[in-house]
Amino acid sequence: MSAPTLGAVWRASLRRELTLIWRSPADIVQPLFFFVVVVSLFPLALSPKPALLALVAPGAVWVAALLAVMLSLDGLFRRDQESGALDLLLTAPVVSVVPVAAKLLAHWLLTGLPLALIAPLLGYMLQLPVAVLDTLMVSVLLGTPTLTVVGAIGAALTVGLNRGGILLAVLVLPLYVPVLVFGAGVVRTALDGLPTGGLLAVLGAILALAVSLGPVAVALGLRISAGD
Amino acid sequence: MDAPRLTVRQLGCERDHRMLFENLDFSARNGEIWQVTGANGAGKTTLLRILVGLHGFYQGRVEWSSPLPPSLLYLGHQPGVREELTARENLEYNRALSGQTGDPDAALAALDLYGFEDVPAGRLSAGQQRRIALARLWLDGKDVWILDEPFTAIDQQGVAALDQRLRQAAAQGVLVIYTSHHRVGDGVHRLHLGEDREVAP
Repeated sequence: MSAPTLGAVWRASLRRELTLIWRSPADIVQPLFFFVVVVSLFPLALSPKPALLALVAPGAVWVAALLAVMLSLDGLFRRDQESGALDLLLTAPVVSVVPVAAKLLAHWLLTGLPLALIAPLLGYMLQLPVAVLDTLMVSVLLGTPTLTVVGAIGAALTVGLNRGGILLAVLVLPLYVPVLVFGAGVVRTALDGLPTGGLLAVLGAILALAVSLGPVAVALGLRISAGD
Repeated sequence: MDAPRLTVRQLGCERDHRMLFENLDFSARNGEIWQVTGANGAGKTTLLRILVGLHGFYQGRVEWSSPLPPSLLYLGHQPGVREELTARENLEYNRALSGQTGDPDAALAALDLYGFEDVPAGRLSAGQQRRIALARLWLDGKDVWILDEPFTAIDQQGVAALDQRLRQAAAQGVLVIYTSHHRVGDGVHRLHLGEDREVAP
């Protein structure tokens, strides 16, 4: 009987996931809007003094990016589960890691990547020196895929639950801590004028770990949720 | 007679501290049609999910003579159709994922969806969305069909066409197992879940 090639499944899945997100623009705009609004509130709440803002900027941008990614993940598998598409994915004659990885990549491309692209602008707004804006962008660029993958593990485990949102936060936030520490740490180090290569390498190593093992964990989580 | 494709021995499943069914024994061969009947809540959907490997909590044995996934065409309780995608996009994705072959447009046309290929599924009726899922039965490459309530939300003409399609497939050696409240047709094996359990041809 017929089994598909991994390449064909990868291409079909990626095209489907990109189309799905593209057709519901709210999924793209919402995290981005959240990110911009939350960061914009800091100058209003603290004080517009440049020295103070530059001090809190790395942490503010990173916390906002982290929450934006987490909020976007709550519905990652829900509509597939409600429509029954998830059951078809799990019974397909191909390891479910492949379509799952395609879904994660599509999700990051249309939600995580825009966050990284707009982060320098928000850093500039918080009076970060122009010289560290590239470090800020690179750190968010390296950090958000990890946040997406780790959050997706939580989303996969809570997909069958009503109001799994708060449980997702409880599950996932502790796992986000290393990324947050190193992500904001890199920017602070750059702000102090110290070399950032080592810390960026740590972020990259966490990313490699998440990308290589994460999709497997997500696929297993989905199977557990479907087994009910 | 050739060896059974599916052998189920002493199968039992408990859900929420209630036995859905127990001591279920049957074996099914390629070319046979099996209809699972039973009252609402008798465990029909759960039985199918156990057979396809989605539900892992059961006692007893479920054995397929060869690995199931490459042969399996499974349609669950929900049609698996995403409303944002068009009829053709839905079908083409499912075709690629399951490794089926055949012409998606011809399959959609066979289910009276000609002209609706590029309409987002969300704008179609429940019956038409169901037909998008059923269009997979008009593609090729699978010889174990497990269908959960395939006749739901389908009009009389569609039911007749679907019934004919199931028989045609069985004649070509496909094993069809489906749940339905419809009358059990001639030559269809019946598996009843619930009080008066019996397995009769």
